[in-house]
Amino acid sequence: MTSCGESEPEAPAVPTLNRGLLSDPESLDIHKARSTQAAEVQRDIGEGLMSYSANGELIGGVAESWSVTDDGRTYTFKLRENARWSNGDAVTADHFVFALRRLVDPATAAFYAQAVAAINNASEIVAGNLAPAELGVVAEDAQTLVINLEQPTPYFLNLLTHPSTFPLHPGLVEEHGDNFARPEFLLSNGAYQLVAWEPASQIRLVRNEHYWNNAATSIDAVHYHVVTQELTQLNRFRAGELDTTDTIPPENFAAIREQFGDQMRIAPYLGVFYYGYNLTKPPFADNPALRQALSMAVDRETLVEKVIGRGEAPAYSWVPPGVNNYEPIQFGYAGMSQAERNATARRLYHEAGYSRDNPAQIELRYNTSDIQQRIALAVQAMWAETLGVETTLVNEEFQVLLANMREAEVTQVFRSSWIGDYNDAHTFLSILESDNPANMPRFKNKAFDNLMDQAAAQVDLHKRRLFLEEAERVLLREHPVIPLYFFVSKHLVSPRVRGWGDNVLDYHYSQHLSLVTETQ
Amino acid sequence: MLRYALLRLLGAIPTLLLVIALAFLMVHAAPGGPFDDERVLPPEIEANIAAAYQLDQPLPQQFLHYLSGLLRGDLGPSYRYRDRTVSELIGSAFPLSLQLGAMAMLLATVVGVSAGTYAALHKDSLLDRIVMTFAMTGISIPVFVIAPVLVLLLAVQLQWLPAGWTGSTGIRRYILPVVSLALPQIAYIARLTRASMIEVLESDFVRTARSQGLGTAAVVRLHALKPAMLPVLSYMGPAIAAILTGSVVVEEVFGIPGLGQHFVRGALNRDYTLVLGIVIFYATLVLLLNLLVDLLYGAIDPRIRRR
Repeated sequence: MTSCGESEPEAPAVPTLNRGLLSDPESLDIHKARSTQAAEVQRDIGEGLMSYSANGELIGGVAESWSVTDDGRTYTFKLRENARWSNGDAVTADHFVFALRRLVDPATAAFYAQAVAAINNASEIVAGNLAPAELGVVAEDAQTLVINLEQPTPYFLNLLTHPSTFPLHPGLVEEHGDNFARPEFLLSNGAYQLVAWEPASQIRLVRNEHYWNNAATSIDAVHYHVVTQELTQLNRFRAGELDTTDTIPPENFAAIREQFGDQMRIAPYLGVFYYGYNLTKPPFADNPALRQALSMAVDRETLVEKVIGRGEAPAYSWVPPGVNNYEPIQFGYAGMSQAERNATARRLYHEAGYSRDNPAQIELRYNTSDIQQRIALAVQAMWAETLGVETTLVNEEFQVLLANMREAEVTQVFRSSWIGDYNDAHTFLSILESDNPANMPRFKNKAFDNLMDQAAAQVDLHKRRLFLEEAERVLLREHPVIPLYFFVSKHLVSPRVRGWGDNVLDYHYSQHLSLVTETQ
Repeated sequence: MLRYALLRLLGAIPTLLLVIALAFLMVHAAPGGPFDDERVLPPEIEANIAAAYQLDQPLPQQFLHYLSGLLRGDLGPSYRYRDRTVSELIGSAFPLSLQLGAMAMLLATVVGVSAGTYAALHKDSLLDRIVMTFAMTGISIPVFVIAPVLVLLLAVQLQWLPAGWTGSTGIRRYILPVVSLALPQIAYIARLTRASMIEVLESDFVRTARSQGLGTAAVVRLHALKPAMLPVLSYMGPAIAAILTGSVVVEEVFGIPGLGQHFVRGALNRDYTLVLGIVIFYATLVLLLNLLVDLLYGAIDPRIRRR
């Protein structure tokens, strides 16, 4: 520590990594948490069957090895014999069975119960039609776990990195009930264990001496500082109080880049930002020409470079680039110049029955925030200039916008986004299936649904990929959404932190990081 | 006096009930629910969660359920912090807000009264002008500007003090938040004191005291200070309210886990029970403080005491 050596009585004696966290976890109970911030902390204190390397490659976690049957429906995992809880107890296959049953038990009311919908009987148990013990997960012996799936699910191993699929210590849960995740009780099987959690302030972790790979953990203590304001995170990074930030504020981005150079880490992130159409009402129901015209009239390059300017990539597809086993399909007009797109957009706009004298009148809804406002104003101007559309901007508090999107009564065009839950095209395409609750535009297309079903039944990765690509082709042709840009992850990382790997999931396990000791 | 206090307390009960009912209606009327998110939950899961929190019941029934909990002193579980209760969150957050508020109030009173008295005694001098200019500036600049500017200057540039609450331990982390909270109040109290002191110093009984040969210091201490304090005292109620609301901003800026931050986050997250709990808690607090100020007023001003 280089800070003034005077009275710092409780200053940590061990090398400590200070990480900024944009919001408090809902809970550190793996089944009651929901936010990406909660998952960030949980990946430090827990470990699933599978895990990721610093660069985002899938690696074994508690599982030492695994095999899949040819039909892609039965997975057998061999657990590490030296996997331990923070009290020294062994992590066994039973602990995974116990945790996965609790995840789908309706009484748990877990947010992520659908994450394991692929496992036999999971959906029926969540719906209350079967007992949790019917879940297709079996402990053959202490180190062997067998999971049976309803359908081949090529991304299944990726799902097992999600904290909601981590193991639980049955004795702990039985003893403390719903309070087991409190700092005074919680047992961890990850590289770190929880010491303290002060809501809205900080979460403190220390090295878990019993972790099977403890020798590889470099940093002894990790403090997550809950700082909800992006600008405050920046200030605290500047003041040396944070080693890493969760994000970078949109204001003065260029100046921040100039000041911090290499400390700024921008990397592609599995997320798409889009404007959705309400397909249940006029003017967008049964009006693909208008939908396409509006989509083509948005100059995405200008939008990401001039209006947002944080390294985002313009989106000409629905699935972001960088997804495993997939090559995103692009809009036919991706290769055109903006002038050519505008010409086609005008033609389509006229075909849809609109003109300068009879302009389309549209409401565009977004949540109250500076950056959202800037994007909406830019899109409004582009539509007005190219087509003569009269757009009314409506900004609403986030929860109000969400409620309106769900009701699909007052919405016309609305802003939304989707962040991938796992590294597979399925996480993006599936939300636009007819019966998916996250299908905000209410896109209903039989051909699309059929292709998704066919993809789901495929064991052969190549054939599956062809079905998914065809599904995206159908989707893009129908224009239920305007994909605007793909997200990037944005962090400030202090030069004293080593081992930070950029990856599309934006996961950064503290166990992969190390601190340079300053010798001056 | 005890009888008076008891009557006032009884009279506060209907007010409190009204506050509870209105707050309950208002949080539930806000569009969106505590578990809404861009990642929409499948209907079965949504139903399971609604059932776990009784959100599937009709509103009147939820209200009765809430009231019956209140009578037992139970403010319910937080919807956002899924394994903590509202009482527990308030219990850990309030002492911090109270500490900050009390320190800011103390600082504001001591500095404000001293500066105001000094200015009054040296009316129209250069120092008087400086103090009053400073006071005018302090009143005009809102907390949400003062706090970040102080952070930029003293924490980011000079690195003398921590920029955020969790950046250090001990007394150093209180300095910036308390000063940010107190500055506007110092300014206001200084102006009030000056005006009131000038008036008192020109009054007959002070002139009499001076004519008996008392020095300035003794006149102020023995005769002028107490009557000059009356306007300041009646400002205490609004000042406490201002510090409570100011603390919402200061707690956000410095990341202090106080009630203000819980209130703002709770409202944005639609954490019904947490918001309700804090509203009820604040309402009770304000009612009690108002009573206290009235009683104090009676103790200082003999004209009020008789009633």
